[in-house]
Amino acid sequence: MPETIDVLNAITLLANFVLLPALSYGSQLALGALGVTLIFGILRFANFAHGDTMAFGTMIAILITWWFQSLGLSLGPLPTALLALPFAILATAIVVIIFDKTVFSFYRRQKSPPVMLAIASVGVMFMMNAIVRFIIGPDDQRFADGEKFIIKAREFKTMTGLNEGLAIKSTTVLTVVITLIVVTALFWFLQRSRTGKAMRAFSDNEDLALLSGINPERIVLVTWIIAAALATIAGVLYGLDKSFKPFTYFQMLLPIFAAAIVGGIGQPIGAVVGGYVIAFSELSITYAYKKFLKYLLPEGSEPEGLAQLLSTDYKFAVSFIILVVVLLVRPTGIFRGRVL
Amino acid sequence: MSYLAGVDLVGGYGGADILNGCTIAVERGQIAVIVGPNGAGKSTAMKAMLGLLQLRTGQVVLDGEDITALSPQARVAKGIGFVPQTSNIFTGMTVEENLQMGAYLRTDDITPTIEQCYELFPILRDKRKQAAGELSGGQRQQVAVARAMMTEPSVLMLDEPTAGVSPIVMDELFDRIIEVGRTGVAIVMVEQNARQALQIADQAYVLVSGENRHTGSGEELLADANVRKSFLGG
Repeated sequence: MPETIDVLNAITLLANFVLLPALSYGSQLALGALGVTLIFGILRFANFAHGDTMAFGTMIAILITWWFQSLGLSLGPLPTALLALPFAILATAIVVIIFDKTVFSFYRRQKSPPVMLAIASVGVMFMMNAIVRFIIGPDDQRFADGEKFIIKAREFKTMTGLNEGLAIKSTTVLTVVITLIVVTALFWFLQRSRTGKAMRAFSDNEDLALLSGINPERIVLVTWIIAAALATIAGVLYGLDKSFKPFTYFQMLLPIFAAAIVGGIGQPIGAVVGGYVIAFSELSITYAYKKFLKYLLPEGSEPEGLAQLLSTDYKFAVSFIILVVVLLVRPTGIFRGRVL
Repeated sequence: MSYLAGVDLVGGYGGADILNGCTIAVERGQIAVIVGPNGAGKSTAMKAMLGLLQLRTGQVVLDGEDITALSPQARVAKGIGFVPQTSNIFTGMTVEENLQMGAYLRTDDITPTIEQCYELFPILRDKRKQAAGELSGGQRQQVAVARAMMTEPSVLMLDEPTAGVSPIVMDELFDRIIEVGRTGVAIVMVEQNARQALQIADQAYVLVSGENRHTGSGEELLADANVRKSFLGG
């Protein structure tokens, strides 16, 4: 039997390297997937430009952050990017609405099938992709300032006397808190407000919504604004947590779509659950359990290898496999969304 | 001129004409029923009166006003309530939310109207927090009718309200529709169950190939040997 201290060390180790990172990554995916799922539910197409919308929003936030920093503005222990966030959301909303008016509204008027809108969104994706690279370049940008840690690993060790440290990054806490606020506000909006109910009605039965006098143009406009806000928030939180690189944001499309589909696309609650499912799967499958097992197994019987199911290089395979399995076994996802 | 009238309607969905000059009219407080064989253009005639298809000729008149050029939404705002045959409720929303969406165009207090709907369909009061998609077929039809009633329409159009419900539920639905009619609403209804529908009809239209074949009160048509032989199975 392992001693209590070893068990505690093992749990701390797992919390530090799997639990907390998955919690923040899952929140970021959840916010991204919410945007995808809203667009799908209301505009009825898979928006492949969502990853690059996140990149665009984050880029604006970074530029404004730099400007604020040069002016000496800051939020003290909190990152300056939070101050830039509302402006970035506004700019992103304007840009996606311009794309809607110039590209998507044409296909809506033609009553094009969803796949045509999805392909058009690939075009928008490339354009946004180019705009971002043109303005800020393809390189890594770090823009997090303020306090980096709430509890440092060493402080935790001296506090508890354990071998393993548990570092709580301020961006992790920030991500979780902001996600909680945003998701609560969004659900309140969809369940209680008049416009939110009209959005749900429009998503539920478009013809009947039109017959009831719901103005489709307004619903579409509100949907884009919310999607732009969600994308920008998700992108900025991810960028603060890790770093901003346009290509990484483009790659996030896969886990985000996997999250939306696992939860049941078109179902906001599904997007949130899906985000955490994907994040926890990804991190727990790519984590090397050698040290964890060493604490728990009797001496001499620890594994020789890293006890890692999948190398982190293959982390996208996890979302991909989950996606394929869900589409084969339960295409409606956990919360019975639509079928793509 | 009747309260609502579609006069000499000619048109279709873009291909060949489905309506070939039929006329449908209804007064307030009356029930008009459209019956006829499959493909006679019954639903199409009703949709034409709502504005869901482009007419080549003919006009639709509501309370003396020509509304032929208006969009379906504008006609709803003018006081026409429509209950489609299928997908006539918001399945993912609660019964109460369905009613609220029915009254989306209204800016005044809708609680009295919701209360009236619950009095007319008491079962909906018990189920008001339940998702409409979880209800039985008959209850869903009640939600659909109640949703259309939320604009306090002067005309209610029902496209086969009893399709796919049991005979008992059908009788109950007809009773409710008669009650709605008594409040002064003009009711236009397309029905497959011709015999039962004619029994409650003040005015009845038998359509064949988009034309009026027989017209009269429900009783008259039920008594007409020709109608009985060709449409009611003897």
